[in-house]
Amino acid sequence: MAAGVAAWLPFARAAAIGWMPVANLPMPVAPTEKNKRQDELIILNVSGRRFQTWRNTLDRYPDTLLGSSEKEFFYNEETKEYFFDRDPDVFRSVLNFYRTGKLHYPRYECISSYDEELAFFGIVPEIIGDCCYEEYKDRKRENAERLMDDQEDNKDAKLPNMTFRETMWRAFENPHTSTMALVFYYVTGFFIAVSVITNVVETVPCGSAPNQKEVPCGERYTVAFFCMDTACVMIFTVEYLMRLFAAPSRYRFMRSVMSIIDVVAILPYYIGLVMTDNEDVSGAFVTLRVFRVFRIFKFSRHSQGLRILGYTLKSCASELGFLLFSLTMAIIIFATVMFYAEKGSSSSKFTSIPASFWYTIVTMTTLGYGDMVPKTIAGKIFGSICSLSGVLVIALPVPVIVSNFSRIYHQNQRADKRRAQKKARLARIRISKTGSSSAFLHSKRNGLFNEALELTNSTEDEQRLSKSTSLLESQHHHLLHCLEKTTVSTHILQLYIFLLFLTNHEFVDEQYYQQSYLEAGLQNYPSRSPSLSSQDGVTGTCCTRRSKKHHTPLPNASAPAHMQPLTHTHTHPQGLQELSTIHIQPLSTSRSSLNMRVDEPAPLNCQSSQITTAIISIPTPPVTTPEGDAHLPAGPTHQNVVKVSAL
Amino acid sequence: MDAKRVETISARVDAAVSSSDSVEDELELSAVRHRPEGLEQLEAQTRFSRKELQILYRGFKNECPSGVVNEETFKDIYSQFFPQGDASTYAHFLFNAFDTDHNGSVSFEDFVMGLSILLRGTVQEKLNWAFNLYDINKDGYITKEEMLDIMKAIYDMMGKCTYPVLKEETPRQHVEVFFQKMDKNKDGVVTIDEFIDCCQNDENIMRSMHLFENVL
Repeated sequence: MAAGVAAWLPFARAAAIGWMPVANLPMPVAPTEKNKRQDELIILNVSGRRFQTWRNTLDRYPDTLLGSSEKEFFYNEETKEYFFDRDPDVFRSVLNFYRTGKLHYPRYECISSYDEELAFFGIVPEIIGDCCYEEYKDRKRENAERLMDDQEDNKDAKLPNMTFRETMWRAFENPHTSTMALVFYYVTGFFIAVSVITNVVETVPCGSAPNQKEVPCGERYTVAFFCMDTACVMIFTVEYLMRLFAAPSRYRFMRSVMSIIDVVAILPYYIGLVMTDNEDVSGAFVTLRVFRVFRIFKFSRHSQGLRILGYTLKSCASELGFLLFSLTMAIIIFATVMFYAEKGSSSSKFTSIPASFWYTIVTMTTLGYGDMVPKTIAGKIFGSICSLSGVLVIALPVPVIVSNFSRIYHQNQRADKRRAQKKARLARIRISKTGSSSAFLHSKRNGLFNEALELTNSTEDEQRLSKSTSLLESQHHHLLHCLEKTTVSTHILQLYIFLLFLTNHEFVDEQYYQQSYLEAGLQNYPSRSPSLSSQDGVTGTCCTRRSKKHHTPLPNASAPAHMQPLTHTHTHPQGLQELSTIHIQPLSTSRSSLNMRVDEPAPLNCQSSQITTAIISIPTPPVTTPEGDAHLPAGPTHQNVVKVSAL
Repeated sequence: MDAKRVETISARVDAAVSSSDSVEDELELSAVRHRPEGLEQLEAQTRFSRKELQILYRGFKNECPSGVVNEETFKDIYSQFFPQGDASTYAHFLFNAFDTDHNGSVSFEDFVMGLSILLRGTVQEKLNWAFNLYDINKDGYITKEEMLDIMKAIYDMMGKCTYPVLKEETPRQHVEVFFQKMDKNKDGVVTIDEFIDCCQNDENIMRSMHLFENVL
């Protein structure tokens, strides 16, 4: 029940006394109001802006957040107010809804933020008042269309496993996806043009023999034209059949406008083939040739403007209908008038009302051929009225059609612009995303490094980690770390690090993933550099030699690496007994500390029971230069990946 | 109602120019602002406390910012309370009962006085009010036709979907029963005294008079 009406309820109940004397039966007992409170003011603090209202006002709508006991969850004991961490501007509309019973949608508000706020406060958008409902619906529809457009664009993304048929269909629908499709697109376009030009040139009179009258080219070079026509029809038939084959829903394809145009374009030829034997129906056959001109409509696949025009005409069907109807009315009226006005004059061309139609049409559209002209004065007067009114009648619906076309055209422009901007947008988003994921990997290193630091009481690089992550980030990273630990197999001994790579589930960079996915099969054994045998060969020199592209799948089981600086990969061959020692390799990006620790594969106290064996990173070529000691790579700029493969 | 101040905000239009368009009349009416008498006066005239009057006025003003209720609003409100039937006739009669000075609109004073009688009045006053409601032409007598009108209006509010199904004669029969009860001297009309006497002797009616006392 609306707020307004609820306020009248006491009045209606009181007025019910008017029924009492008339009633025959005793009345039911009235409901008592339990713990009826005095109405009190409550304070709603929305992001700092305080709103106050009567409690009763809010109670008018008990199935919303503010009207029910749900708001108690937001009650702040110290300040004795209800605190909502939401947008205060939209809250204004929400609260006004309680006060007046009408929900308004402010025009400057973003539609999705408004929807979210309504959803939060438990208000159904359908009760938006009539004054604002249309605007709301329009904006919502626009938004939905935009989202749908974006989704459609996503469908362009090449799915890894598409059947041949799907690929073909995609090639047909979107010629820019592959070169073959583009070639096909242009070829068909060319043939459409050729076919249309052939049809046109066929009728042009070519030179004539002196004793014969001029013949059209079609009859002079029959064979040539026939061959050209055949070729075009062949191409069109093949194209149509291929489209039919590739269509995901053949039935729907056959019903679509474009396919009907295709069929109509090629059918006359085949009918002509069948019918040339029969002389009687050749007249009809000639008529059929007219349909060949429909081939020109096939261009609409190639031209977006044409499609927009067609769509506009379709959407303005009612205006066009009105135009037609009003024109027809006017034509009939004026034709009748002109006929009767010119009836008196001799040798008048206005022999009948239908004959006058021609005059009226020509005059109303301001063509004025002059083949029919009124001669009487009355006829001339009415004729001038006719031409003036023609201008008006035609000018009225045209702006509607124009504005429709303009709207659709601009929408299309916007869609194209969005599509172009989308790539750049997605690239930027991806960069920021990788920033966050590499932040995780980065902090993992730092985290382990941190633990190592704590254990060795080294304070040297602590301040480096002052660019520490926020609490939120660290908790997030911890969560990801836990997930890693959950999925990592807990076998201590694994013989093949190659298998190790495949069974471990680690968060790695996407780039790295793709690379390693591809190259896992390719590279098996990176050569073991003799320098690796020395455990302290962790300095830059030994590793830069092989720093380019070495990958994790080092099937050398006995070669877990101790620790690596960020930019290299190498493995240290170690005896199997090393494997059995459980120790953690601190990740370190600082060479100095590496050097510090490289001689001490002593087991470090740590909670985890895993060994980090190989820390591999794939450097991007520019970064392979050995870095200075104190270099801490910044997350996003470093494309390197630290992969910690643990046993 | 001498303290009533009526302000017309709409510009004065020449009598020749102003047409009898209902639209313009509506504009004039909606531009009328009405401010009620002071709180003290109302307190004296009605049986409501100051706080109750405040609450009542706040609700009233919220619904009718212009300060007056017209018949259309009445009908609207009643049709929302009784959606299954047609409450417009009864709303019309009710409006006339509240509009004591018969100027076509119910101001806050009319409203509050009516409510005061209904909620806080003596049984006598309430019965008086009910009689006033039934007496459509306010001539002091309730005739059968008037009663039939009222009865039909009440039954209209019920709507079509009732059980048992309402028949054409049901209001008429109900009127007969009523007149049998009320019309002591069988002269075809019910006067105020007959009415009050009869009601005071009827247990059900007396009990129901106190039904809505705690509405506010």
